[in-house]
Amino acid sequence: MARLTKMKIKKAGDKHQVLVLVNHPMETGRRKDSKTGQLVPAHFIKNMEFKHNGKVVAEANMASGVSKNPLIGIEILNAKAGDKVDVSWSDNKGENGSAQSAVK
Amino acid sequence: MKRRTFLKGSLTSGVLAVAAGAGLLKPNQVLAAAYPEAAFKTEISPGEALQAALGASDMSDSGDIKIKAPLQAENGAVVPIKVETSLPAEAIAIVAVKNPAPLTTFVNLNGAGGFYSARIKMGQSSDVHAVVKSGGKLMKATQQIKVTVGGCGG
Repeated sequence: MARLTKMKIKKAGDKHQVLVLVNHPMETGRRKDSKTGQLVPAHFIKNMEFKHNGKVVAEANMASGVSKNPLIGIEILNAKAGDKVDVSWSDNKGENGSAQSAVK
Repeated sequence: MKRRTFLKGSLTSGVLAVAAGAGLLKPNQVLAAAYPEAAFKTEISPGEALQAALGASDMSDSGDIKIKAPLQAENGAVVPIKVETSLPAEAIAIVAVKNPAPLTTFVNLNGAGGFYSARIKMGQSSDVHAVVKSGGKLMKATQQIKVTVGGCGG
């Protein structure tokens, strides 16, 4: 199942903020399903990697302590118009996703 | 059905173990080591989590780190945290001291700016540390966040 991954690049002074939003449940494994009373298995993003013009500039690690539909932000330096930014993520069930965008 | 799920699960992990053993699963990047499973465990102290994630646990307070977060969070399931620092940051971590797993997330930086933002879950009112690794040392800034409704299960 493909999950929606969105990226937005925002100029903040001479730097650029990269914001990534993923549609993901981020289950802790400690929550009970209200209908069945069974524990909902843990399901969360573990890794998120940011590339600026092909070079890995940041790698975020997380677990279920991050909210559902995570919105993760980093900052890239010395970005010029047309620079490519890539993000890719993977979770504990082997699902993954990615998004690309260019600096305006 | 349970048996089937179990079999499926063990089969997958078996295959993964073999693949890893044969060197088929290469870490896709040089920057970060393997996912630090131990850092996100529950029932550990913030220090233990940071040791596992960043290789150090002693922190000193720093005025060069800014946390932007609500003083009071109505919904503990979504607490937006922004960390900014003027220090040359190698990594930034967000630690909610009283969470079952205190380390919520961290980022290794290699050329990116001293900035990290995420929305975290908080089980109860707690101090939140923004931890910055710079020059191999850990520096932190702390803010207390009050939570009205917890966001960790329950």
